Amino acid sequence: MTKALEIKQLRKVFDNGFVALKGIDLNVEEGDFFALLGPNGAGKSTILGIVSSLVNKGEGKVIVRGHDLDTDREGVKRSLGVVPQEFNFNSFEKVQDIIVQQAGYYGLKRKLALARSETYLKQLDLWDKRDVPARLLSGGMKRRLMIARALVHEPRMLILDEPTAGVDIEIRRSMWTFLKQLNRQGTTIILTTHYLEEAESLCRNIAIIDNGEIVTQAPTKELLKGKQRSTYVVDVRGTLTTTPELEGFHSRLVDDHSLEFDLTSEQTLNEVFSQLQAKELEVVSIRPKTNRLEELFVDLTTHSKQEVGA
Amino acid sequence: MNHPYWVAFSTIVYKEIRRFTRIWVQTLLPPGITMVLYFIIFGNLIGSRIGTMDGYDYMQFIVPGLIMMSVITNSYGNVSSSFFSNKFQKSIEELMVAPVPNWVIMLGFVTGGAARGLACGLIVTILSLWFTDLQVHNILITLSVIVLTAIVFATAGLINAIFATKFDDVTIVPTFILTPLTYLGGVFYSVSLLPEVWQWVSKLNPIFYMVNTFRYGIIGHSDIPVLGAYAMLLMFTALLMSWALYLLHTGRGLRS
Repeated sequence: MTKALEIKQLRKVFDNGFVALKGIDLNVEEGDFFALLGPNGAGKSTILGIVSSLVNKGEGKVIVRGHDLDTDREGVKRSLGVVPQEFNFNSFEKVQDIIVQQAGYYGLKRKLALARSETYLKQLDLWDKRDVPARLLSGGMKRRLMIARALVHEPRMLILDEPTAGVDIEIRRSMWTFLKQLNRQGTTIILTTHYLEEAESLCRNIAIIDNGEIVTQAPTKELLKGKQRSTYVVDVRGTLTTTPELEGFHSRLVDDHSLEFDLTSEQTLNEVFSQLQAKELEVVSIRPKTNRLEELFVDLTTHSKQEVGA
Repeated sequence: MNHPYWVAFSTIVYKEIRRFTRIWVQTLLPPGITMVLYFIIFGNLIGSRIGTMDGYDYMQFIVPGLIMMSVITNSYGNVSSSFFSNKFQKSIEELMVAPVPNWVIMLGFVTGGAARGLACGLIVTILSLWFTDLQVHNILITLSVIVLTAIVFATAGLINAIFATKFDDVTIVPTFILTPLTYLGGVFYSVSLLPEVWQWVSKLNPIFYMVNTFRYGIIGHSDIPVLGAYAMLLMFTALLMSWALYLLHTGRGLRS
């Protein structure tokens, strides 16, 4: 089966000598919902920039749905829809004109372009704004405009570089729903994000990149399964004056109503509840201290930095 | 025509034409006003005291040069400002991610720029009819020279925009190179009035050939052989287009 994206030994050195990518290997299966995570400056946008022809490729191979970027750049471009991190449309143009124009660049005739623009603007709740100059849209609307623009030629693969940055929670959730639906219809989606909750809830596979190298690449579930330790916070009824001793658990007092403790993959929450109950402490609520993926991300990227520093 | 490249080309041209017609007060009106002032001041007021130039009424003599001047500055200015704005706003990325070959991008912008240059040339030509009788000596030469000139300068404007990193960079070339070359290109005088050494220097100026050939097309007079001017125009077109294509291919100023 043809892979949606194959990257082999991709290396990128910028003119100022900065080595952004140090020989990356990355594979994304057809129909996948894939997240590329990493701290700022790790190389995520450089990878997506090279794949979408916005950054010159260095050494290595980039193959999109069987089209080699070196020999069939047009084939690569036709397979892709690109939603960049920064707004990159003419803000004086009207919303629908931006979409229709992009369709024209892909060779779609005006009649079809108008029909497609209507479809995607409606799907992304922008149809009412079709005659509004793009500069008058809110941040969330501008992001959705870029998604509609990237879809107008109905690509088999969609690349989104931080699609929900600066978007409020409600719109972010509606964008998630839209992207999930698009993925269910067969579009391969690759995204970068700083919201790890987003990656955890949307993506089936994740790669974490740091310092121009892939630190790990695995299915999201497997990655999280491999997570050895999680921290939870419990709120109890009544006042805590000292830290209750929980046998086998490392616990800390957060405030006089809350307690946090670490849970390894061999331990269960039932054991904690039993011990708290034995101490006549009634649990009101419990929550993970941080997102599990966030903890893993910090673990992996910190570890990688320590190795680099060593 | 259904070919995707044709659709992409016409999309770029349509966008470019819509851009300069939407802001016509900034793009189409100023050359009209400037040239009317030239016609009144140089043609009517001063021209009436100058008398004839190479046997032609002074107004008749300067009109072809002034039409050419507006075509040159507007073809150049349209592409340099539009392409640079696209770079500045990053909307050029819309084209970079799409399967549009570099030659289609180049031809699209150049056609858009040439269209504005020719539109301004037409406006100035119509306005000139208020001041003089314009009888075209050779329509084929007139049209071919003006179209080729518009293409040459639109391509030059594209190259300027590719190199430009700030808005100042798109005004430097028109101010310090294009305007002096145009004024010294025989728009207002016959080169035969100059001392021999300056006649020789004038012949190094490509605009001199364009103005003279266009003037030949309209009034039937030129300071230089027309065929040589065509050769120069075609050479400039080929050289500048090759350079622009090379720059787009390497991603100069567009891709890091």
